Amino acid sequence: MKLVVAIIKPSRLEEVRQALSSLDVHGMTVTEVKGYGRQKGHSEIYRGTEYAVHFLPKLKLEIAVDDEQADQITTVIREAAQTGRIGDGKIFVLDLLAVTRIRTGETGASAL
Amino acid sequence: MKLSKLLGGATLASLFAALPAFAQDAVEPAAEAAAAVVDKGDVAWMLVSTMVVIVMTIPGLALFYGGLVRAKNILSVLTQVFLGFSLIAILWVAYGYSLAFAGPTEGGLSAFIGDFSKFFLSGVTLESTAATFSAGYELPEMVFVVFQLTFACITSTLIVGGIAERMKFGALMAFLAIWFTFSYVPMAHMVWSGPGLLFGMGAYDFAGGTVVHINSGVAALVAALVLGARKGYLKEPIPPHNLVLTYIGAGLLWFGWFGFNAGSNLEANALTAVALVNTILAPAAGALAWALGERITRGHASALGAVSGAVAGLVAITPAAGFSGVGGAIVLGAVAGVICLWAVVNLKPMLKYDDSLDVFGIHGVGGIVGALGTAIVANPSFGGYPLDGYDMGGQFMIQLTSVIVAVVWSGVVALIAMLVVKALFGGAKVSEQAESDGLDLSTHGERAYN
Repeated sequence: MKLVVAIIKPSRLEEVRQALSSLDVHGMTVTEVKGYGRQKGHSEIYRGTEYAVHFLPKLKLEIAVDDEQADQITTVIREAAQTGRIGDGKIFVLDLLAVTRIRTGETGASAL
Repeated sequence: MKLSKLLGGATLASLFAALPAFAQDAVEPAAEAAAAVVDKGDVAWMLVSTMVVIVMTIPGLALFYGGLVRAKNILSVLTQVFLGFSLIAILWVAYGYSLAFAGPTEGGLSAFIGDFSKFFLSGVTLESTAATFSAGYELPEMVFVVFQLTFACITSTLIVGGIAERMKFGALMAFLAIWFTFSYVPMAHMVWSGPGLLFGMGAYDFAGGTVVHINSGVAALVAALVLGARKGYLKEPIPPHNLVLTYIGAGLLWFGWFGFNAGSNLEANALTAVALVNTILAPAAGALAWALGERITRGHASALGAVSGAVAGLVAITPAAGFSGVGGAIVLGAVAGVICLWAVVNLKPMLKYDDSLDVFGIHGVGGIVGALGTAIVANPSFGGYPLDGYDMGGQFMIQLTSVIVAVVWSGVVALIAMLVVKALFGGAKVSEQAESDGLDLSTHGERAYN
């Protein structure tokens, strides 16, 4: 099993969610995060004091999938989350060792 | 001009005639005493003004400041203002009013301070009265006591802005008590009491440019300097955490200022309306001027700039509210907007003092601009309402003298008060860890946002 971790622009969440719903994806977790890459921050000024804001708000999506699905899901997320401008984000695929459904105790692929 | 008769010596003396309850000196302006009337309209207006000025402090000033600090310190600011208000209110009735407005009308230290004859308002009865600016009209003395209470409270709590986010709570309360006693009360006496030094010189201060704004502005600056800067000042960003709260606070301050300026006329009449109109125009001009100044120098007008400009205008018109015409109010507000913008954006970083919320930049500098500007806008050629014997050049020098007295007196008292509390509390600043954690948690054991 794999854990697909995607850092995307907050405005793209709905598109990604819709794109994934047409696939066999059973759930995702969304966290509000801050980050920077090549997209620099911006500056804000309060009463003449200028502040460089280095971190930008992003969303982190975590989706647990079967090994075979990982590539397809990565592609779908990429297409839905892309705006073409710097700061669109990244997708990481991690090995997922075990999954357990809390309500029933099921493990493995049937718990995804 | 009616006013010219009013603030002649007789009325000044009658203000003090009111003080001893059944008294001796009540006969001084015998003819007026016989005819003097307490008008219920005036009393109702003054009581409403009193309540409105309280709103300026709680929650107006509290929210204005609260939004400007970091989230981890908002409760500390709200609490400092709230409990600061509470403390000064009690000290005012205990001895503040007596020392500010009671006492001999000449001799001894009467130019600087009153006495304890009205300790805990002894002698202030249902029958005792205070004078207004109109011959023949008086207020119940208690009305004057409570109206003035609100001024003492807001002046003292204004200082919270200069020391925000790093001062020990107990040390702050002690500082406010000492400063109130030795700076606010004597200044109120000097400017607004008959025997007072600056009143006697003919200083124009309608609602407290010197007593309130310069006084607190300079105290905040000195306290900030002695206390030292916040950790990370000028190195890391310390942006406001919620300017929406600051906006709400600004609105409440503006609203409350109507009671502050217009209520300082002590009656409900045409001059009250003049003060009220000026209290709309000066902040309006100040807000636009600051915004325009930012647009020109920084590229955009900001929300914080707009409210800061409005407050600068309000501060500047405070000493001039009942002396200025509408044109003067607009110009004074605009000038204060620009000069305070400069003080906050240029002067502060140049001198590197950590007056966290710009109490000196806006109240101190704005108060100085207003106090000096009052001499000019009172000119009848500019539509002003001066008192008898007005001469612009001469009045300017008197205003300058009162500014200098206010700056020096407040500065010296604030310095001594800070040194005293530093000694009493083993340092007035919280520990580095406490400052990092935020005062809400470290001083008050609470979190504002859960």
